Amino acid sequence: MGDRSTVTMRIWRGDATGGGFEDHDVEVSSGEVVLDVLHRIQATQAPDLAVRWNCKAGRCGSCSAEVNGNPRLTCMTRMSVLDPAEPITVAPMRTFPIIKDLVTDVSFNYEMAKRVPPFKPKPKPPDGHRMFQEDIERVQEFRKCIECFLCQNVCHVIRDHEENKPHFAGPRMFIRYAELEMHPLDSGDRRDLLQQQMGLGLCNITKCCSEVCPEDIHITDNAIIPLKERVVDRKYDPIVWLGKKIKGRRLAGDK
Amino acid sequence: MAEHETHEFDVIVIGAGGAGLRAAIEAQAQGARTAIICKSLLGKAHTVMAEGGVAAALGTVYAEDNWEVHFRDTMRGGKMLNNWRMARFHAQEAPERVLELEDWGALFDRTEDGHILQRDFGGHRYARLAHVGDRTGLEMIRILQQKAVAMDIDVFMETTIVRLLKDGDRIAGAFGYRRESGKFIEFKSPAVVLATGGVGKAYKVTSNSWEYTGDGHALGLWAGADLIDMEFVQFHPTGMVWPPSVMGILVTEGVRGDGGILRNGSDERFMFDYIPEMFRAETADNEEEADRWYTDRKGARRPPDLLPRDEVARAIVAEIKEGRGTPHGGVYLDIASRRDPEYITRRLPGMYHQFKELADVDITKEPMEVGPTCHYMMGGLKVDAETAAATVDGLFAAGEVAGGMHGANRLGGNSLSDLLVFGCRAGRGAADYARAIETRPEASADQTEEVAREALEPFERTDGENPYLLQQKLQGTMQALVGIIRAEDELHKGLDALGELKERAGRVTAEGNRLYNPGWHLALDLRPLLATSEAIALAALERKESRGAQTREDFPQTDPELGKINIVLRMKNGEPYVDRGPLEPLPQDLRSLVERSP
Repeated sequence: MGDRSTVTMRIWRGDATGGGFEDHDVEVSSGEVVLDVLHRIQATQAPDLAVRWNCKAGRCGSCSAEVNGNPRLTCMTRMSVLDPAEPITVAPMRTFPIIKDLVTDVSFNYEMAKRVPPFKPKPKPPDGHRMFQEDIERVQEFRKCIECFLCQNVCHVIRDHEENKPHFAGPRMFIRYAELEMHPLDSGDRRDLLQQQMGLGLCNITKCCSEVCPEDIHITDNAIIPLKERVVDRKYDPIVWLGKKIKGRRLAGDK
Repeated sequence: MAEHETHEFDVIVIGAGGAGLRAAIEAQAQGARTAIICKSLLGKAHTVMAEGGVAAALGTVYAEDNWEVHFRDTMRGGKMLNNWRMARFHAQEAPERVLELEDWGALFDRTEDGHILQRDFGGHRYARLAHVGDRTGLEMIRILQQKAVAMDIDVFMETTIVRLLKDGDRIAGAFGYRRESGKFIEFKSPAVVLATGGVGKAYKVTSNSWEYTGDGHALGLWAGADLIDMEFVQFHPTGMVWPPSVMGILVTEGVRGDGGILRNGSDERFMFDYIPEMFRAETADNEEEADRWYTDRKGARRPPDLLPRDEVARAIVAEIKEGRGTPHGGVYLDIASRRDPEYITRRLPGMYHQFKELADVDITKEPMEVGPTCHYMMGGLKVDAETAAATVDGLFAAGEVAGGMHGANRLGGNSLSDLLVFGCRAGRGAADYARAIETRPEASADQTEEVAREALEPFERTDGENPYLLQQKLQGTMQALVGIIRAEDELHKGLDALGELKERAGRVTAEGNRLYNPGWHLALDLRPLLATSEAIALAALERKESRGAQTREDFPQTDPELGKINIVLRMKNGEPYVDRGPLEPLPQDLRSLVERSP
């Protein structure tokens, strides 16, 4: 793409009652991202175009949308990777109810977050907690999550199945459960809940969530599969599991 | 009367960044019925952008570190204009507040022996910043957010407050609208904590997000509170400069803390030419010593690349002005030639990703191009150090919207610690205040009616001003006339331009309806943006000296007499009024701490 050119942005406009795609011809400068172009449309053509955004640096996870059908952060999608000869479509995330234009109602995720039993620390030793880098690295990977909800958006358990939402926490929440389960200081056990109420078993490991994660978190391999293993482990033989957990703790404590 | 929903609480907290969340957690823990009101979704506030770390004298890397050294560094960094009571509480309580996060589940990077690892940053004598790679703010906001959720604190997301309500001289609540529906909402509450952050969106080149429109500064001012130190706007030395669409995005000071250095367009390490007298004794004056410091803290002095932010930003501006900049008008920040790729990607994964994705630059192979970006507001509501109470009964302020803690310049890492320490104090102060009142204040209905009517005016105009255009004009004005380097004639021009923009903002228009309408939201955000910008320009004009972040071309020296006062802004007869207030002198025991040689 040269220094300046004109592209057609085909943007979904509408609200809960309905809507459709609307074309906007707009100038693009080199280096710009999709969000820059949406802002230009707001400033020059459609001041009421609804777009949710904050940091414009890939760190807050607010500006998720589907660009040419691909779930992306619009602030991290360079215009130069899109074919300027064709209209570029920008649509809201499909899994969540529409509020207006590109803004969806993501409250499902916040409701599911409320149902996560919180961090439950072990008693603090007199000289404070000690943890080692190698013990926390796995959990730190999950904590990179910026809550863009793109993984929830592409998860086919809920993408076209509204009826599954009440009993399916989704990939975002699974990594939250995984981070708690694998936290060196946590003493809680959320495995029954995961299996019985959060729908862990509904995930059939298609890895769509991992593919769209802008933070490259290995959601399926590092969180969901280990959680499934832990749940299965427990189902087969809780006494063996208990022994392991106690032993595991003692080992961690010995460090 | 405009119909609206009404909610009653003991304490409402406006803003859900670190300060707001910490305040709400404390208020709720003290038994106050507490609500958080935020403009964005929960967990998206600007704290999420903080990269390098949270400063606290934990002494895990250097046992010599303690609150006294942290206090000294903070006061010197602030050019002695800090509210010393705040700086003292801050230095003393930051370690406890950081360790508490660990009790709530935070996972900071570790030392070899399993403690919290601390990183070097500008102006801090010892490695003092607890961190998680370069995403410390994300870790903090997530932990605080999850704590708030676990405590069942009510959260009103995507809700903007446009006015504080009063009953006589006391705060009685707040009034605003839900961004989603555009419908009005009233909060009745005897105590209000402002935790709204800063006003970076008044500038063209900024690291701040759209939310940073000076809401709390303006809400406080309009409610009768005093603002102090509004002339001190921090320009972070290192923001991205290329491509234009990413200009201003922050590049963490951690790059320099971890070994990166600044070079000009001729590849010279220019910072050696800009060591101020105040820091001469503790700063290396040659490359060999500066490089040795990373491995020999006792035998070598700190590199000048790690001077406080105001010094580094000014030096960069001077180099560029003298024609020694890079092709895209910045300077080079080079870590590629100094550290191996594995180290860089482990310590600075966010920076690696950001440059790779947005600028096609591999920071493990080539230098970054950087320049100053508007980053932080030192000025804000004048508060009591102990309770964070503002000068209006029932009003509290914490974090960036509060003034005094950082004086004329904030050290990197002191913001995350500030918001924990004073967020906690504000939450407690507000809860105590709410508990002690005998009769709950009641705002008269005419206040909310007036605000609602004003808020809807943009819809009634068919051919008014475009709010986006006005914001761009404001940003251009502030950048050019009230920016890093200031002068009297420019400040006057700036104030004239702001006056004209205020008038045009009175004719601003909104298209469409009230449902999630960003044009209308911006039309309303222009009011606090303009009010806060005007306060900055007025204060900058009044302080006829250069100190910290205030650089006056026409008054290049520091004036000891002006070191004894704060510039104060308050409303008088509907207009902002500039006053001076005495700065409480530093007691002798603390003075000797600050004057202690390095």
